[in-house]
Amino acid sequence: MYSRCRLNLVQNALNIFKTNYSSEANIKLESKFLLHNLDKGPSEEVTLKKEDALKIFKNMDSIRKFENSSAQMYREKVIRGFCHLYAGQEAVAAGLTAAMRPQDICITAYRCHGIAYVMGATVEEVLCELTGRASGIARGKGGSMHMYTDKMFGGNGIVGSHVPVGTGLGFARKYTGKDGVSITMYGDGAANQGQCFEAFNMAKIFQIPVVYICENNLFGLGTFCARAAANTKYYTRCEYIPGICIDGMDVLAVREGIKFAIDYAQSGNGPIIAECVTYRYFGHSMSDPGTSYRKREDIEETREKRDCLKKYKNYLTSCNLFTPEELKAIETENKKKTEKASQFARTDKIPPLEELNTDIYVKALEPVRNVSHFKPLAHINSNKFPLTP
Amino acid sequence: MALNRTVNKMCSLCKKSSILTNVVTKRNSHFVYVPDTDVPIQGKTEKLTMFQAINNALDITLKNDKTAKIFGEDVGFGGVFRCTVGLRDKYGKERVFNTPLSEQGIAGFAIGIANMGSTAIAEMQFADYIFPAFDQIVNEAAKMRYRSGGQFDCGKLTIRSPSMAVGHGALYHSQSPESYFAHTPGLKIVIPRSAIRAKGLLLSCIRDPDPCIFFEPKVLYRSAVEEVPIDDYELPIGKADVIRKGEAVTLIGWGTQVHVLMEVAELAKEKFNVSCEVIDLVSILPWDRATVFESAKKTKRVIVSHEAPLTCGFGAELASSIQEECFLHLEAPVSRVAGFDTPFPHIFEPFYLPTKWRCLDAVEKILNY
Repeated sequence: MYSRCRLNLVQNALNIFKTNYSSEANIKLESKFLLHNLDKGPSEEVTLKKEDALKIFKNMDSIRKFENSSAQMYREKVIRGFCHLYAGQEAVAAGLTAAMRPQDICITAYRCHGIAYVMGATVEEVLCELTGRASGIARGKGGSMHMYTDKMFGGNGIVGSHVPVGTGLGFARKYTGKDGVSITMYGDGAANQGQCFEAFNMAKIFQIPVVYICENNLFGLGTFCARAAANTKYYTRCEYIPGICIDGMDVLAVREGIKFAIDYAQSGNGPIIAECVTYRYFGHSMSDPGTSYRKREDIEETREKRDCLKKYKNYLTSCNLFTPEELKAIETENKKKTEKASQFARTDKIPPLEELNTDIYVKALEPVRNVSHFKPLAHINSNKFPLTP
Repeated sequence: MALNRTVNKMCSLCKKSSILTNVVTKRNSHFVYVPDTDVPIQGKTEKLTMFQAINNALDITLKNDKTAKIFGEDVGFGGVFRCTVGLRDKYGKERVFNTPLSEQGIAGFAIGIANMGSTAIAEMQFADYIFPAFDQIVNEAAKMRYRSGGQFDCGKLTIRSPSMAVGHGALYHSQSPESYFAHTPGLKIVIPRSAIRAKGLLLSCIRDPDPCIFFEPKVLYRSAVEEVPIDDYELPIGKADVIRKGEAVTLIGWGTQVHVLMEVAELAKEKFNVSCEVIDLVSILPWDRATVFESAKKTKRVIVSHEAPLTCGFGAELASSIQEECFLHLEAPVSRVAGFDTPFPHIFEPFYLPTKWRCLDAVEKILNY
C-alpha cells in the first residue's frame, strides 16, 4: 500500500484527513466505445480503486508538468534539437499502463517521453535525456525520440518503422511460449505507412498477440488526418483485424478499452487495433508553433472542454474518491518534483567523450575508424542493459 | 585515448578543462558561411536565403511548366523548412499538395507521375526518412529507362530532401545519405552549397531528363544568404566549382563542408603559409573527374572531406579514382576527413563532424608526408 501511505502523508501535511471517503467507486463512463468486427466490447461501467486512481492521477499530472517544463527548457535552449511533447495525450499513457500486466511489453514512436515515464523511467531520466546529460535514460545519447525502459523498446524516430518491430516482439512472446502481449503504438500519420499494413498481415496470419494502439491526435505534423487518410476510422483500417475506438481523452475509457484489447489478444485471437482519439497541445515538435494548420481557438477549446486531466479530476471528485484539496496537494508535490528534476537536468554532467564510440556493436571486430587510420578509437561496450528483458 | 587527444588538439586554443562542456552545450555553428559571389547571369537580383532561393526555383517551375507538381509531407503549408511556402496559394492545391506520411508511396507515386511525362517534384521531409523509399528510387526510378529498353523513363522526377548536420539533429535528422545513392547507375545526385547554386542547380535537376536527387544542406536554408538573380537560370550538373585557387593542397567537399574547407584554406595560409585549392564537387553522380584530376595533378596533394561516415563515404570513390589516375603526380596518399564510423551522435555532433581543426590537422599531415 505504498501509494496509500504516500497519500496519507500528503493528507497529514495538509491536515485535511478524511476517513469517510470511499476506497472504491463504480463509474459510468462518459464516452462510448465503437467496435469493428467485434460482437462485444469493453464494459462502460468501471470499478476504480482508490490506490489505482491515485497512481493514474500522479502519472498524468507528472507528465503534464514535466512536458511543460521541457517546453520551457527548450525555449531557454537548454534542450535543443527535435523535441516532441506529449502534453494533451497523457490519458493514453496513463490509461494504457493501468491496463498493462507485468508480462506485457510496449513500443512506441518518437512522442515517447510520457510513455517512458509511465513504463518506469524517472522524471530526471527523461529530462536528462532531453538535455543530453549522463543521467539520461539512454545516457544522453538519444535525445527526445529515444527512450527505453526494460519493457519499453523505444522511442523510434522514423515514422511507422517500429510497427513491424512491435509485431516481431509479439511473435517472440508467442513463439517462446511466454505469456504477454506486445503493445505497439503509432500515430495517425504513421497509420498511412505501408509498413503498418505489412505488419497487420503478418500479425494476423501468425495470430500474434499484438495490441496496436493508434494514438490519433488528429494531425500528422501539420496535415489534418482526413487529408492524409482515406479512412480516418483507424480502428477499422484492417478488414481482418477487429478494432475498438476509445475516447483517448478519458483515461478510464483507455484503461478499460486496453484491458479488453489485451485480454482479446492474449486469449489466442491474434491482433487487435485500439484507436485512442486524443489531442496534442504543443506543435508536432518544438520547432512547429502548431498554429499554422489549426486554429488557436481549437486548442483553447480542447484545453477547456476535453482536457484529459480535467475530465479525470472531475471523475475523482464527483465519485468521492478524492477531494479537490487532496488533488491539489498531489499537484503541488509533482510540481516540486518536476522543478527539482529540471534543475538536475540542467546541471548533471555531460556524458564522457568515450560514449561516441560506445555500443556500436556487441562484439566489435575492429576498432572504430578515426580520421586517421593509424589512430583508431577503441570500441567500448557499456553492458548497461541485458540483451533480453 | 586517441579521440581525447584529437579533441584536445582541436581545442588547442583553449586550455581550460571546461572546454568540453562549452563545446557540447553551446553548439556554436561549426562553419562560417562564405557567400557565393559567382553570379551566373546578369539582371536583377534579390537578397534571398537558400530556402527562399529554392522556393523561387519552384515558383519559376510551376509558372512555366504547366505539368509540374510538388508534393510531400506538409509541403502544402510550406514544409518544415518553408521551401514551398506560398506555392499552394499561388498555384492551387491540385499542383502543390500534402501527401500522407508514406515515403515509399511518395516516391512510387512520383515515378508514376513522371512516367506519364509530367514534372514530379517530390519532397522527402528529411534525408534520414528517404530509406523507406530506397527501393522505389533504386529499383524503379533508376532502372526504368534501362530495363524498358529506352521505351519508358521517369526523367521528369526530382526528389528534394534536406540532409546533413543542423547543429542538434541527432540520429535521424542529420545524416548524409548521398553515397548510398551514388552506388546506383541511373540516378543523378546534386548538393548545393549556396543560395545561388541551389536555385540554378534545382532548376537543372527539375529539367534534366533523368531522375535526380537534390540533397539540400538543411543548416544552409537560413544561414546561406546572398544576392540571387530573380530570372530563370540553370547551372550544370556534373560540373565541379573551383572556388578558391591554390597550389599546395586540393580540398574537396560538398554542401556545408565547402564552407568549412574555405576556412581551412584560410587557416592553412595563416598557419603554414600555403595556398589550398578548394573544390565544391556540386554533383556527386556524375562527378567532375576532369576538374578533380586537373587539380590533383597540379597540387599533388588531395584531401576529401564529408560529413557522412568514413567507410564507403563518397570520399572513398574520389580517393580511389584520384590514386588510379594521378598516382605518379601525387606526393602523398589522398586523405579523407569524415564523420566517424558511428551513428550520428546526439550531443557529440561537434566532435563527430569533420571540423576545420580536423581538416587543418590533415593539411598539416599531408604537407609533411
